[in-house]
Amino acid sequence: MNFDFSEEQVMLRDSVARFIQDDYDFDTRRRIAASEEGMSRENWKTFAELGWLSIPFAEEHGGYGGSAVDVMLLMEQFGRGLVLEPYLATVVLFGGLLEKAGSEEQKGEFIPRIIAGECLGAFAWLERQSRFELADVRTTARQEGAGYVLNGEKVVVFNGANADHLIVSARTGGEQSDRQGISLFLLPADTAGVQRLSYRMMDGQRVANVVLNNVEIPAGSLVGPAGEGYPLIEALALEANIALAAEAVGIMETLNAKTVEYTKTREQFGVAISSFQALQHRMVDTFMAAEQTRSLLYRAVCALSDEQEDVATAVHALKVMVDRAGKHIFGEAIQLHGGMGITDELDIGHYAKRLMMINTTFGNGDYHQAQFNALRYQ
Amino acid sequence: MDTAFAPEDLAFRDEVRAFFAEAYDDELQARIASPETFREAIIDWQKRLYEQGWIAPNWPTQYGGTGWDATRQFIFESERAAAGIRDVVPFGLKMVGHVIYTFGSEEQKERFLPPILKSDHWWCQGYSEPGAGSDLASLKTRAVLDGDEYVVNGAKIWTTYAQYADWIFCLVRTNTEVKKQDGISFLLIDMKSPGVKVNPIVSIDNHHSLNEVEFNNVRVPVANRIGEQDKGWTYAKALLAHERTAIAQVADSKRNLAEVKELARREVNGGQSLLAEPLFQKRLSDIEIDLMALEFTELRVLASVAAGGSPGAESSLLKIKGTEIQQAVQELRMDVAAYYQGVLPTDLSPEQLGHAFGSQARYAYMYGRASTIYGGSNEVQKNIIAKAVLGL
Repeated sequence: MNFDFSEEQVMLRDSVARFIQDDYDFDTRRRIAASEEGMSRENWKTFAELGWLSIPFAEEHGGYGGSAVDVMLLMEQFGRGLVLEPYLATVVLFGGLLEKAGSEEQKGEFIPRIIAGECLGAFAWLERQSRFELADVRTTARQEGAGYVLNGEKVVVFNGANADHLIVSARTGGEQSDRQGISLFLLPADTAGVQRLSYRMMDGQRVANVVLNNVEIPAGSLVGPAGEGYPLIEALALEANIALAAEAVGIMETLNAKTVEYTKTREQFGVAISSFQALQHRMVDTFMAAEQTRSLLYRAVCALSDEQEDVATAVHALKVMVDRAGKHIFGEAIQLHGGMGITDELDIGHYAKRLMMINTTFGNGDYHQAQFNALRYQ
Repeated sequence: MDTAFAPEDLAFRDEVRAFFAEAYDDELQARIASPETFREAIIDWQKRLYEQGWIAPNWPTQYGGTGWDATRQFIFESERAAAGIRDVVPFGLKMVGHVIYTFGSEEQKERFLPPILKSDHWWCQGYSEPGAGSDLASLKTRAVLDGDEYVVNGAKIWTTYAQYADWIFCLVRTNTEVKKQDGISFLLIDMKSPGVKVNPIVSIDNHHSLNEVEFNNVRVPVANRIGEQDKGWTYAKALLAHERTAIAQVADSKRNLAEVKELARREVNGGQSLLAEPLFQKRLSDIEIDLMALEFTELRVLASVAAGGSPGAESSLLKIKGTEIQQAVQELRMDVAAYYQGVLPTDLSPEQLGHAFGSQARYAYMYGRASTIYGGSNEVQKNIIAKAVLGL
């Protein structure tokens, strides 16, 4: 048993941390968020040059062959910098599905391009009625001739507007919430019949609703076996939740550190407010909440390589903790910053808003607690 | 980063599991459960662990420890708790032992460590006083040098198992002219010394485990002082970190929670199992998720200690969260017991009474109130983290 990181892992973490520190201060981030695309393609190129886009991919396609630990270390630093570039959407989700289930042809074509920073991808799984139920899919894929015709609508597609390629979940069989009958399709975002309605989220992300109106795609667009998409999405959601939780831990620790520093400099009643025990104990509580979340993050990551541990249980627990601890921590961060805490000018509120979006992505705390209970208390 | 057990660790786990199943038999359990035979039964059990070579998992090997790494210590504790076996009495093995082998003289090590390992000496802890609780350093029990002996006067309180103890380790004031932390010494006192008097305190759980210990002109040889005079606070603090880590009792909470879950499964409420109720499930998983996290927090601390660190302010985190979880589990067990949570010890059999665990739930819950107070109250632990970790 050990919680050590390899030399390469420490180097990776430090290189991401250095980038955040040197090239991603809060003003820079604010400018990127306000830009047309809500991301910096120049930064994306830098990520490619530094090898970060290659981390989870197998070496045979030019990847780094990294593990969940590597992704965790990177995402944690991205959390500290509130990085807007679509790493989760392109590398973890879009790339992750290809890595898991793509044909050799698909992998050969797309993975090297993702790694080179030449492909922005998005995974469109959510529909307006589906909330957190991954199997709730109405979008249809009708077999026609040698291909498929897609009809339906996907909502809140992360990186949906900037992506040049999409993977879309659609029904080739079964009823609305059946786990059977869901298929995944890879298509260029500019395929005829695809309409993208872009909008902004509170955490600075650009997302899109994707309307699919008689979209004709060839049979080779299928990712994985027809009708067997659900287990892929489920497995992907576990990995995505771990990556999101790592980002959340980075945010939590940043919020805590900023809050402690602020109370040391802010004076009221003639003394630094950090001298008040009423505030000290609250900062200890948020410190403990972040440590406990980190522990569950490690637990989930370790579960991936430990046969004695159930990954789904560990991830459900983790996501419950991310939700509870996250709200606790950003709530206290705002409160302890006083009036400044509720300004747009200060970064605190921006960290809070990203935590809220992380909570809700791939299931919020209540959803995961219900899943946890169903697994554990039968 | 990796927590999967290696094949040899799994073999070790099986060995430990088999030993506990064989050695901790029904007769021993019955003797430990009975107040009349409690002391001798505990000693018998601890001697059995000693013979097995497993009495001091976290001591250095040169003093009789096992030399286990963090994984094996974790496995051992997990298996002990899972088998429903109480932890060893901590005062010798988990507290003063560390102080003696770290700060004691060679002569003290030779004299005191073997009887601790063999459970020939039952130790108790003389820290708190009627006027010194959370503000431990304000303690007033006085030790005045007279030739090669100290003359000790004062009183210690909340002394667990003082009625069974052969020895007590005490913080005493040897200097009143300096800052309060700088005038404290660490003495080992024979409970049979003339002038030592033990007064029982019955606690909220209706049991007698706590005591007040009075010292009236008790003469203690200077040879029984650990380290230097007036430096006792340093030694005391080192002990406290070990004490807090031991208080967390993560493995025991895991076992207790699993037990509460099974009890709830058998309780029927309006035709359905209590375990099937969403509100009950929510309470259960709130605790279980916190506990899953704490288990890894403890592993992180264990791993860093095994790599050469010593438990520092993290032990305060373990203490706070560990005791909060213990109390939450105890509270849940009370609610599962419903009316029977109020049952006092009785001669009625469970069949006559109509229930099996109410009294035990009450006892654990009531005595459990102490855990957030002893070992430095949880509020004091927060002060420690605020200062040592957050720099406030």
